[in-house]
Order: sequence, then C-alpha cells, then structure tokens
Amino acid sequence: MSIFLYDFVIRALLGAVFTGLAAPAVGTYLVQRRLALMGDGIGHIAVTGVALGLLTGTAPLLTAVIVSVAGAVALEVIRGRTSTSGDVALALLFYGGIAGGVMLTGLAGEGANVLQRYLFGSITSISAGEVWLTLALAAVVLFVAVGLSPQLFGVAQDEEFAQVSGLDARVYNLLVAVMAAVTVTVAMRTVGLLLVSALMVIPVATAQQVTRGFRTTLFAAMAIGTFASLAGVLVSAFVEVAPGATIVLIALAGFVAAYPVGLLLRRRRRARMPFLEMADGLDGVVPVHGHTAVPEDHEHQHGPACGHAAVEHGDHVDYVHDGHRHAVHGGHYDEH
Amino acid sequence: MHMSTQTLVSTRDVAVALGGRPVLRGIDLDVHAGEVVAVLGANGSGKSTLVRTLLGLVPTVRGEVRLFDTPLDRFRSWERIGFVPQRANATSGVPATVGEVVAAGRLSRRTPFVPMRRRDKDAVAAAVEAVGLAGRLGDGVSTLSGGQQQRVLIARALAGEPDLLVLDEPTAGVDVESQEAFAAALGTLVDRGATIVLVAHELGPLAGLVGRAVVMRDGRLVYDGPPLAAFTEADHVHHHDHNHPASPVRTGDHVPSVAAPLDPPAREAR
Repeated sequence: MSIFLYDFVIRALLGAVFTGLAAPAVGTYLVQRRLALMGDGIGHIAVTGVALGLLTGTAPLLTAVIVSVAGAVALEVIRGRTSTSGDVALALLFYGGIAGGVMLTGLAGEGANVLQRYLFGSITSISAGEVWLTLALAAVVLFVAVGLSPQLFGVAQDEEFAQVSGLDARVYNLLVAVMAAVTVTVAMRTVGLLLVSALMVIPVATAQQVTRGFRTTLFAAMAIGTFASLAGVLVSAFVEVAPGATIVLIALAGFVAAYPVGLLLRRRRRARMPFLEMADGLDGVVPVHGHTAVPEDHEHQHGPACGHAAVEHGDHVDYVHDGHRHAVHGGHYDEH
Repeated sequence: MHMSTQTLVSTRDVAVALGGRPVLRGIDLDVHAGEVVAVLGANGSGKSTLVRTLLGLVPTVRGEVRLFDTPLDRFRSWERIGFVPQRANATSGVPATVGEVVAAGRLSRRTPFVPMRRRDKDAVAAAVEAVGLAGRLGDGVSTLSGGQQQRVLIARALAGEPDLLVLDEPTAGVDVESQEAFAAALGTLVDRGATIVLVAHELGPLAGLVGRAVVMRDGRLVYDGPPLAAFTEADHVHHHDHNHPASPVRTGDHVPSVAAPLDPPAREAR
C-alpha cells in the first residue's frame, strides 16, 4: 500500500472520486435529452482553452473553464435559436476546438506531449492548487445536479410542459450546458479531454440496463462512475498508461457485463406486458372475431405451474406458447 | 373560490405567424370558469397552434392573450394551469417511473432544492389513481402501452391540481381501456367544476362532456357554439384518415394550406 504515501496519488484519487461522481450526474441529463455527444464537443473546445493558457502563461485549468463554458453556451444558442441541427452544431465545435488548440499550442512553442497530458489525463502532473479548484467546481456541479434534479428532469423530459409549469426551459438548458463544460474541465486531468465524455455517458448507459426510474439511474450511474475512475487511477499508478484509457476501459467492461442482464430483464418485462383490447375504428364494418376454439389437444392444463407465460388480457389470462395465445373457455381453449 | 363568471382565457384579435406566414388570424375567444370547450378542425387548421398560443408556447404577432385576467407576459400563476401536450409517448433517453413523470406535474408548486412534501406526494397518488393506474407508480413508463403513457401525461397535468386543464389531442391513437379511463377522469373533473379546453379530431366518447365547440378552419375561428351532432361524426368536420393524400380542391388563387407546427414542413410555394 506504499503508493498511497505519494502525494500525487492521493491528489489523483481525490480528483477521481469527484470526477467519477460529477461526470455521470451531468451525463444523465445529456443522455436524457439525447445529447450524449455534447460532452465530447465541449471537450474538444476545451483543448483550445488549454492551449490559450499555455500561450498566455496562465493556468490552463482556468482558461479551459472559461473557453469551454463559452463554447457550451454557444452550442446551446446555436441549437435553440437557429435551424442548425444539434449534430451539425456539435461538429462545428468539435473541429474548431481541436484545430484552435493545436494551432495555439504550436504558437506557444509547446509540443504534442504537453497537450497530451490534457487530452488523456495525467495523474503525476496534478498540482495541489489544481486539486482544490477541481474539488470545489465538482462539488458545485454535484450540488446543482442533485438538488435541482426534479426541475432538470422535468425540463429534459418535456420542455413544453416544463414551460407551462412556469420553469424557464432555456435557463435550465443553459445550466446543463454550463455544468457539462465545468465537468469537462474538472475531469481534464483525470480522464482527459478526449475521453471525458465516456465517463459522462457509459455509466448512465450501464445503469439504465437494470434501472427503471430516473433517480435510481442517476445515483447508480454516479456510483459506477466513481468506481471506474478510482479503479482506473489506481491501475495507472502501477502501470505506465494514461489514466483516461484505463478508466474508460473499466467503465466499458462494466457496460459489457450489464448489457446481457438488461437484455434479459427487458425481454421478461415485454413478455409479461398485458394484451390490450384494441379499438380499430372498424366496429360494425369488420365483425369482431369472438370465438376461435383451438383444434389441437393439450397434454396438460394451463395454469400457474405449467411454465408457459401467463399474460393478462382484459379480465382473464392468455397462455402463450408456440406462437399461440390460448385462453380457457369452458372445457377447451380459445385462440385470442 | 372564484365567481363562475370569471374569464380564464381571453384573446382579442390574435394573429400568429410561423416562419413569416400567418397561421392564425382574427382569433377572439373567451373561456369562462366551468366551461368545457372542444377545439375542432382538420389537420393544419391551426387548432393545436391555437391552444399552444393560449399557453405562451407560440408567440403572437398581434392581438392580446390574457390568462386569469392577466396579460400572458405578466402571468406567473402557472400552478393554475394543467397541460397535456400532443405526444404519442412519455419516454425520454433515460428510464423514468410513472411516479417520477407524474411528479413533474408538481413542479409549478415546488421550490427548487426543497424535497417533495406530503401534500405533493398525495396529489401525485391521487392523480395516478384518477387515470386508473394506481399501483403502477414504480413501473417504468416505457413498459406501458401508448394509451397508458397518454394517461400518465394526463395524470401529470392533474397532479398540479389546476383550475384550467388544456389538452392537445388527448385521445389520438389510444386503446379502448385508456379512452374509457380518460373519459371517466375528465367526467370527475367536470363534475367538480373544472374548466377544460381540449383539442380533438372528433368528440367520440367525450361528446357528453363538451358544452361548447369551437371550429377552426384555415387558421380562423369559423364556429363557436354548442356542439352540433355533426361533430361527433368525424367525417363532417374533416377526413378521418390522417394521411389522406388528396387535399381539398382549391378554387381561385390560394396560397398552399398552412401547416401546424408539429406537422412536417410543407414545401414552399414557388
């Protein structure tokens, strides 16, 4: 356990915990609004922010926060005010951000190896001051993402309904964009700008394999994110690899493990969904086919113990097997 | 609490333009407390735009909209309004339970950063029960049928305990059980003296509840009065088939018919 004696490891672990909590919390709202790649777009913009810091000699963390918040706001405005579709707006920022970052880094006389620390994370180069700024920003993001979750959920779920409830949907959308930008920069030293979006999206995708509700998804994603980033930082303290890669691969492994479970749960839920009496608007035109007795013999009585899926249908139960829906009718079965 | 003569919704000479084209014009409409008003009309006649305008979701280019005797831009008592948007389902990118979606109906009454109170939880439970989904609070919305999801959205509007309920095509594409549950829930509300404005393609099972019908045609209000027997029979007002290929034959020099905002964009003239 001697690695914990190194200050940089402790700093990296602290950063990892807060990043692992904050990134999926914001990511949940992005996924809910089907903007899963927004974090990636902001990450690219932040590259320009980092480079600006390198060029001007200011702390890259500070310039990255400012530039990525501005970029996120621009993205929201482009999306909301113009007819540019969300993915085109994202593409504009992606490429502008990366190109600007490489250009400014070159002008600053720095090489790709300096930029790489920010692109894929680097636990050894985090200073004490940066850790405290990271923790403070992440704490604010967490407080807002959890505290305002009913409002943020409502707006992301149905913007017009939220508007008629007196919530200013535009303000809440901007708030999510700003939180995403802050989270991206917070995660810059742990996961890195190019991979931060993975930590926003993958834990949410993993959580929703097994969850049914929004709050459980939110908190499960935060737990998964924390585990992945802690484990990833620990691994990269032993092995000479950028922490971003190990964190994302661990998160992905979690998803691969959860997916089959989710598939099974969804299949079981679907099989048990009640059959509905449908109105086709053709009453009186096409006769309702009421009684179709099943010709074949059954080797057993359908019942709770027979092993065939029993599905509610109006006031009775249909037994599903071999492409049939059989309902008990007197001494025989009807096809329903 | 308020007098039955109070005017909850009032518009004077309202016009709405979408992309520079006037889609509503000359709309004068008053809805009084306790009224149940159906807005009828063909696809693209502007009926959906009309109710969205009343709620401030679509900006006006002339005229005035007032809610509860307050000009729309100064109106803040949103907890008095319940809205059921035109929507086929209640799902989004992340799973949500019936209880969570319905609880969003309390947002107009809640303070940010303050957890739900007893009263909020009771209202959510009552609303879910009113639409016949009691016991499904913890179920994922995506596991419900389309009709049940529509009922969840109606419960969400009811949870806010509104004085005025605005519904945009609440029964479009809904199964029999859901239609009956919906009509029953609406009937209870009407008995309690609620004011309802609902957009409908046809009145169908709601015919008995509706006391007043407003018919839209081509962005204008062409009828306002008691519901005529003809409105229950859908074909007298519009073509039943939503995707009817043959648009009404136009004589004379007419611009192409305007579309409601949710319809796919029409091809530009010329």
